[in-house]
Amino acid sequence: MKPETRKKIDELFRHYPERRGALLPAIYLVQEEFGYVGPEAARELAEIFEIAPVAVWEVLTFYNMFYTEPQGRHHVYVCTNLPCSLRGARPLIRCLEERLGVHAGETTADGRITLGHEECLGSCGTAPVMRVDGVYHENLDLERALAIVDQLD
Amino acid sequence: MQTEPYTKLYLSEHYGNEAFRTLAGYEAAGGFQGLRAALARDPEEVTELVKSSGLRGRGGAGFNAGLKWSFMPKGDERMKVLVCNGDESEPGSFKDRMIMQQGPFQILEGLLIAAWATGARRSYIYIRGEYQYPIQCVRKAVAEMYDKGYLGRDVFGEPGFEHDIVVHSGAGAYICGEETGLLESLEGKKGQPRKKPPFPAQHGAFGLPTTVNNIETFAHVPYILSRGVEWFRGFGTEKSPGTTLFGVSGHVERPGLFELPLGTPLREVIAKAGGVRNNRALKAVIPGGMSMPVLTPSDLDVPMAEEFLSERGTHLGTGGVMVMDDTTCMARVACVISYFFRDESCGQCTQCREGTGWIHKLCERIEAGRGRPRDLELLESVPALMEGHTICAFADAAAWPIKGLLRHFRSDFECHISEGSCPFPESFEL
Ligand SMILES: Cc1cc2nc3c(=O)[nH]c(=O)nc-3n(C[C@H](O)[C@H](O)[C@H](O)COP(=O)(O)O)c2cc1C
Ligand code: FES
Repeated sequence: MKPETRKKIDELFRHYPERRGALLPAIYLVQEEFGYVGPEAARELAEIFEIAPVAVWEVLTFYNMFYTEPQGRHHVYVCTNLPCSLRGARPLIRCLEERLGVHAGETTADGRITLGHEECLGSCGTAPVMRVDGVYHENLDLERALAIVDQLD
Repeated sequence: MQTEPYTKLYLSEHYGNEAFRTLAGYEAAGGFQGLRAALARDPEEVTELVKSSGLRGRGGAGFNAGLKWSFMPKGDERMKVLVCNGDESEPGSFKDRMIMQQGPFQILEGLLIAAWATGARRSYIYIRGEYQYPIQCVRKAVAEMYDKGYLGRDVFGEPGFEHDIVVHSGAGAYICGEETGLLESLEGKKGQPRKKPPFPAQHGAFGLPTTVNNIETFAHVPYILSRGVEWFRGFGTEKSPGTTLFGVSGHVERPGLFELPLGTPLREVIAKAGGVRNNRALKAVIPGGMSMPVLTPSDLDVPMAEEFLSERGTHLGTGGVMVMDDTTCMARVACVISYFFRDESCGQCTQCREGTGWIHKLCERIEAGRGRPRDLELLESVPALMEGHTICAFADAAAWPIKGLLRHFRSDFECHISEGSCPFPESFEL
């Protein structure tokens, strides 16, 4: 990892009575640098945190927002939980699957987009919703969802 | 997200006003009067006051907030910690997000009052990772407080009152909303809930005495101090005072957030949301987030407060009201619900890990018209094996909604089994 990333991790420690408290924020920093946290980066984190590599791996694989493999350049996640489903989320995600030629959970062959479905995003009052590269798009209809996805480079 | 609820009372009075999101604007609107009133009293007195206000936790369980604060050990040398639960991942809930975006200083003021009352030296605000923008809003508010000298040492000029606030991002796991799962996660581990006892007040974050409250719970606290217990009790019911932000979703004309007194009849909550959409008839309502058993149109007059909802076999939970019209197939609803719980079980307890899988398999089979005659009996027996037999309440949360659906809509399931197909052609798609 870059020295800047390492430096940012070191700055986190003072916020936690035990070093390990900084592990989740540190994983975010590493993921920001590489797009995912592979075995190599996980070992490096384990050294920094003075814990077993498997302890880092356990954490990485427990949380939905950490990736242990390379992802598409863009992340498109559609909420399919009940309130969103009641307002048309399922036809919406199927439509995106068709447009992108992948199933939810897969990445397009050109590495452009990873499509996924997600559980409730806390946006049920403005359903259906999708999260694109971390940003919420709410009150969606098919047309707008397609337009948003089409313009991702 | 809306910038303000459709109906407003004291909590959301200034939501939608850009200035209220800044420290100067918050102070101009009367901010920190609650904290100042608290600092003029002894810490124990503040705890007593909050206790007597009857403020109940808004995170789901409805426990008396002041009573919880009083569990923090006294004369203990260890650093004391507050944790503000902003994980908000109970499906159907979206109120904490609005508070973080529109009233971040209300949360911080509430935390400082609790810190004064309990002697806590540090607060962690744990916010779900997907809430990138709310996290930014809260971080910005915290930074403004430090810049102004309102955090750190001698908080608000009170010699010796030291407090720091750290904003911590989760990473996508429903179970981290459960308070001990959250504590594990905060410690950099998998979010697997802990056995209780010991309770967080004795052994919480990093083994330190800890109090966990929900975002909205903290946000109400300043008003109790600045305007008084009597005033606060002027809203809501005897046993559930104050207001809440009801989040109405699903088949209504105008979904969204509504600040209303606790105890507002369910009928009125739905009416505020414009009623059932397209003039359809109501079929079912989940009153408090997806873990809570469903209600039927015959329950429309129930006051939305825990003491009345529990009489009907359900709970207020997070106040997330999901409305379903008469096109809705309840077997399909069961499929969506059971999928969520199967996916989010942390895997620690066998009953939960296996049970949530079985329930989902059965629901899926029945919904697809491949159900077998004995499947309903099976579906009824699994929740009974899970409830009360696990480390945390997740298993109950997974079992309750299924039991509720079977209790009130058994015929929806029976039809699928006897006909081999779905009798609701207009139902939402899977
Ligand atoms: C499975 C499960 C999920 C929970 N999720 C949340 C949540 O997302 N947010 C929250 O504030 N409380 C949640 N809770 C409740 C917390 O455990 C805890 O009771 C609450 O944060 C205490 O705050 P309060 O007393 O102010 O409500 C959850 C509980 C369970 C069993
Ligand atoms: S169900 Fe989609 S945001 Fe809540």
